Order: sequence, then C-alpha cells, then structure tokens
Amino acid sequence: MIQTIAFYLFASIVIGSGVLTIMARNPVHSVLWLILAFFNAAGLMVLVGAEFLAMLLVVVYVGAVAVLFLFVVMMLDIDFAELRAGFMQNFPLGIAVAIVLLAEILFGLGAISAGPIELGTADGSATPVPGQSNIENIGALLYTHYAFLFEIAGMILLVAMVGAIVLTHREQKAVRGHQNISKQNQRSPDEAIVMRQPSIGQGIDL
Amino acid sequence: MIGIEHYLVVSAMLFVLGVLGIFLNRKNIIVILMAIELILLGVNLNLVAFSAFLDDLSGQIFAMFVLTVAAAEAAIGLAILVIYFRARGTIAVDDVDRLKG
Repeated sequence: MIQTIAFYLFASIVIGSGVLTIMARNPVHSVLWLILAFFNAAGLMVLVGAEFLAMLLVVVYVGAVAVLFLFVVMMLDIDFAELRAGFMQNFPLGIAVAIVLLAEILFGLGAISAGPIELGTADGSATPVPGQSNIENIGALLYTHYAFLFEIAGMILLVAMVGAIVLTHREQKAVRGHQNISKQNQRSPDEAIVMRQPSIGQGIDL
Repeated sequence: MIGIEHYLVVSAMLFVLGVLGIFLNRKNIIVILMAIELILLGVNLNLVAFSAFLDDLSGQIFAMFVLTVAAAEAAIGLAILVIYFRARGTIAVDDVDRLKG
C-alpha cells in the first residue's frame, strides 16, 4: 500500500516537473525543475530495488550535470525572451506530435488494451545473487562480464573531458611574447646606429 | 500493486515530454539539452524497470552506461555552446546555418 502511494507520488512529481522543465520561462527554473525530476526518478528506482543506480543518478545528474547546466545558464548573458519568440507558434504542432507519439508508445506497450504485460524469462546470466545487496551484485557483474564495456565507458569520459577542455580553453596572449634573444645579441652598433649631420632646416630621410 | 506497466507508462511520458521540449524550445539550445536529458532519464527508467521485474541486472548495467554517455554528451554540448556564445554573442540555434563549411 505504502509502495503504491510512493509510486504515484514520485511518478506524478516526475511528470509534473518534467512539464515545468520544458515550459518554464526562465532556464534557471528549468534546471531546478530538472533537478526535482531527477530526485523523484531516483525515488522510483529505489522503489524497484535499484538503489545503486538511484544514488548514481543523484550524484552524477544532480551533483554534476545539473550544476554544469546551472553554471552555463548563469555564466552566459543571454536574452531569453528573444529565444522564446517561437514558443506559442510551435505549441499546437508540438502538442499534436507529442500526443501522437505518446499514443503510439502506449499502444505499443499494450498497456491500455491488453492488460498486464507478460514478461519473458531472463537467460539467467545476470541474475542477482539472493542475499547480496544490489551494489554487490552490480559490482560482481560489472567487473567480470562487462569489464571491457566498463573500460570503454572510462575512455568515453576521458575523451569528453579532454574535448571540453580543448574546446573552451583560451590561449593567453603572452605579454612579452615577441622577444628574440639571439636577434638582440646579434645587433652591433655599426648597423644599429647611423650618424647624420643634417644642415639646418633640412631634416633627414629615414 | 505496482506492475511494470506503470513504470513503462511513466518512462514513455518522460520520453514524450523530452521530445515535446525539443519541439517547443526550438531556439533555446540549453532547454533542448535539458530535454535530451529528460529523454535519457525516461530510457533509464525503462531499463531499470525491466531489470527489476525480470530479475536480471543487465538492464541496470546498461542504464549506468547510458548515464555515462549522457554525462559526456552534456559536457561536450555545453562546451560547444560556450564557444558558440563567445563567437556569436547569442545561442539562437536558428543562426547556426551560417557556419557553412
């Protein structure tokens, strides 16, 4: 019973904050609604027993990605009113497409007409060991069966990190960047200085 | 009792909300990126729900990889956004066609 109540609470907040994420006038509010959506999605995941993934969602999304979004939104000085210009114009088409897509997915699920979904059976290669916690089971599977994928995930993160740094790094213009020491040392007084004695009122040609 | 259908409906709604967000905020690339995050959240919820109800952990592992790629994508996307803003002074995606080659 309490599980059902918690599910509907989390699910309604997820959907509601998702709506507000895409509808909010101010992108800062959008990010904050997105954070709420992530928290409640994590709650949904806890409800089915995926605690590790739920905590990962909170740490990675709320702790890193959402803060990155907030940082960028606040750092860039953007005229958001101008960017919302086409919002009402796109609204009918967007809603129509969304309703059609949702109807298609729901009919595809058969959730409306066909009653409960009959799940197949898993092949048993990744069945969690009973009595062990979710995180132990995931670790045992991740570091054995999915070790290569795990390493590739690390490579993806490395490439993303290097890419972000390369893209946003600005070369500092050195203040004294044009000094050529050997050229300075090769100068001699003979070619550096020319003695002239212009007559009065004539000036010299350089 | 909560069955897998409930989870699938919630994740389908999240997915569609993300698509709708891309349609509605066509100019504001920050909100588009957030809508993509919503889509990936819907996908993750789907994977986790199947993983839990099938009693098979592969879904959770895959959700973890989706999470990894989503984080990388957000970082690169925002980096591109920042340099685009530096170059142009706006983030309206309508003008990106001036990039031509």
